Amino acid sequence: MKNGKFLIAPSMLWLGFFFVIPMLIVVAVSFAARTPYGQVVFDWNLNNYIRFLEPLYLSIFAQTLLVALVTTVVTILMGYPLAYYIAQLPKRWQQPGLILCMIPFWINFLIRSYAWVIILRAQGVLNTFLLKAGFIDQPLQLLYNEGAVMLGMIYSLLPFMILPIYVSIEQLDRRLLEAASDLGAPPFTAFRKITLPLTMPGVAAGTILVFISSLGMFVVPDVMGGAKSALVGNLIQNQFLSARDWPFGSALSIVLAALSLLLIILYYRAIQAQNGGAENAKNVA
Amino acid sequence: MQKTWRSHLLLAYSLVILAFLYVPLIILAMYSFNDSRINAVWTGFTFKWYEQLFDNRRVLEALINTLIVGVSSTVVSTTLGTIAAIALHKYKFKMQSAINGLVYLPILIPEIVMGLSLLVLFSQAQIPLGKGSLILAHITFCLSFVVITVGARLDGMRSDYEQAASDLYATPWQCFRYVTLPLIMPGIVAGALIAFTLSIDDFVISFFVAGPNSTTLPLYIYAMVKRGISPEINALSTLMMVVEIVLVILAELLQPSHKAKAEE
Repeated sequence: MKNGKFLIAPSMLWLGFFFVIPMLIVVAVSFAARTPYGQVVFDWNLNNYIRFLEPLYLSIFAQTLLVALVTTVVTILMGYPLAYYIAQLPKRWQQPGLILCMIPFWINFLIRSYAWVIILRAQGVLNTFLLKAGFIDQPLQLLYNEGAVMLGMIYSLLPFMILPIYVSIEQLDRRLLEAASDLGAPPFTAFRKITLPLTMPGVAAGTILVFISSLGMFVVPDVMGGAKSALVGNLIQNQFLSARDWPFGSALSIVLAALSLLLIILYYRAIQAQNGGAENAKNVA
Repeated sequence: MQKTWRSHLLLAYSLVILAFLYVPLIILAMYSFNDSRINAVWTGFTFKWYEQLFDNRRVLEALINTLIVGVSSTVVSTTLGTIAAIALHKYKFKMQSAINGLVYLPILIPEIVMGLSLLVLFSQAQIPLGKGSLILAHITFCLSFVVITVGARLDGMRSDYEQAASDLYATPWQCFRYVTLPLIMPGIVAGALIAFTLSIDDFVISFFVAGPNSTTLPLYIYAMVKRGISPEINALSTLMMVVEIVLVILAELLQPSHKAKAEE
């Protein structure tokens, strides 16, 4: 198979045609204008990017960043102990434990957000319970606000945090901990001085996955958020499907994609700067 | 003493987090069997929402669309992805990092951006939106996952068998057909299962590129959710969850081990 290298060609051509070219067209459209009927006219200007700087859009962007940040921090606090617990289970229990954490990852955001709608809506499970138990006399407004969106994001993205942290804890050299304990370090000190710093690459990988996914999320705010809790994802969706302003929608998605890629590149740099960086960089995916 | 106290606390915390992950899904499934249409009060066990689902022509159409798109995109992406994974495993490429970038980027880029970029492509290339455009889009996002899954299997494989086969004068084709292919078959099947799961589960990208006559199950669920709460949504969601859980566990069992998966 002398010419076996060409076997890579079909996939690369496919991705070139259905991934790279579409992205380039979006870049082009982001510099275009639109007619009142929603037609795209290529006249190369920066108006769509300038429009992004209007206070309304900047505040949606700030809100998106805030939600992403809170989601990331909370998923670390929830995911790390769980990943740690699974990683220290006996070997044969680790895989079932991990599968248990990953199953929700495979069920789509739509179904998972809807599950929370059933629980939180006015006649939902939680309000019905609280009313019956006599804690409240009026159903609480638990849905369609920022809190609900954050809850939905945390719920949806938690599995993204657990897997990379688990991998980094599982790969930790146990002899380091034995050495620490032989030298008289109490377990918590050993955890703080050895486990935590050495598993930071896993936390960083999880952070990237969760942060980027929450930046582009539109299903959760669409299903659980009200009109006021729109995020960048909803704004983009609106430009494409209701407002029919593709140039502005394209500019927004280029900003979103560029920010995501920037974070990924920063992450790789940070990992490669560390010892054994090459090993860990492979684990992001 | 202190150690057990700490591990009990960790266990309790872990169980709370797992409950957080599963309780909403269990409640969702539970209420698909509740007799009452609107209220959260339990009024009795019933299968009627499932029966209504199977009588609903639009649900059946969505199911057929989902399966057509799922099977076609799985076949194409598994074939292309496996061939690419073998090439990546066997040969060193000059543009290795560009190739890796092209494989990983579709996974890393926000889904919504990929969805709208395909919508823009289809409209510029005047490809009508429908099952065809859905299949093209699904192949694109499944492809990377197949390359990575099959690649993990290839990397976890010992090369002695191939070595031995070629020492015994097997032609490269025989070596591939009788040695490599059987060895990586579990990886290919796992890749195909993952592709199929991703396809039948996809909402975001399908939302952008589906046409009026190509509604899939997730799109149908979305339309129902937008119209309001109904136990049929619970029933349909529950069925989808069960199918996906079975597929994912099958794919997981076919993976060599988590070690190999971690080393992707």
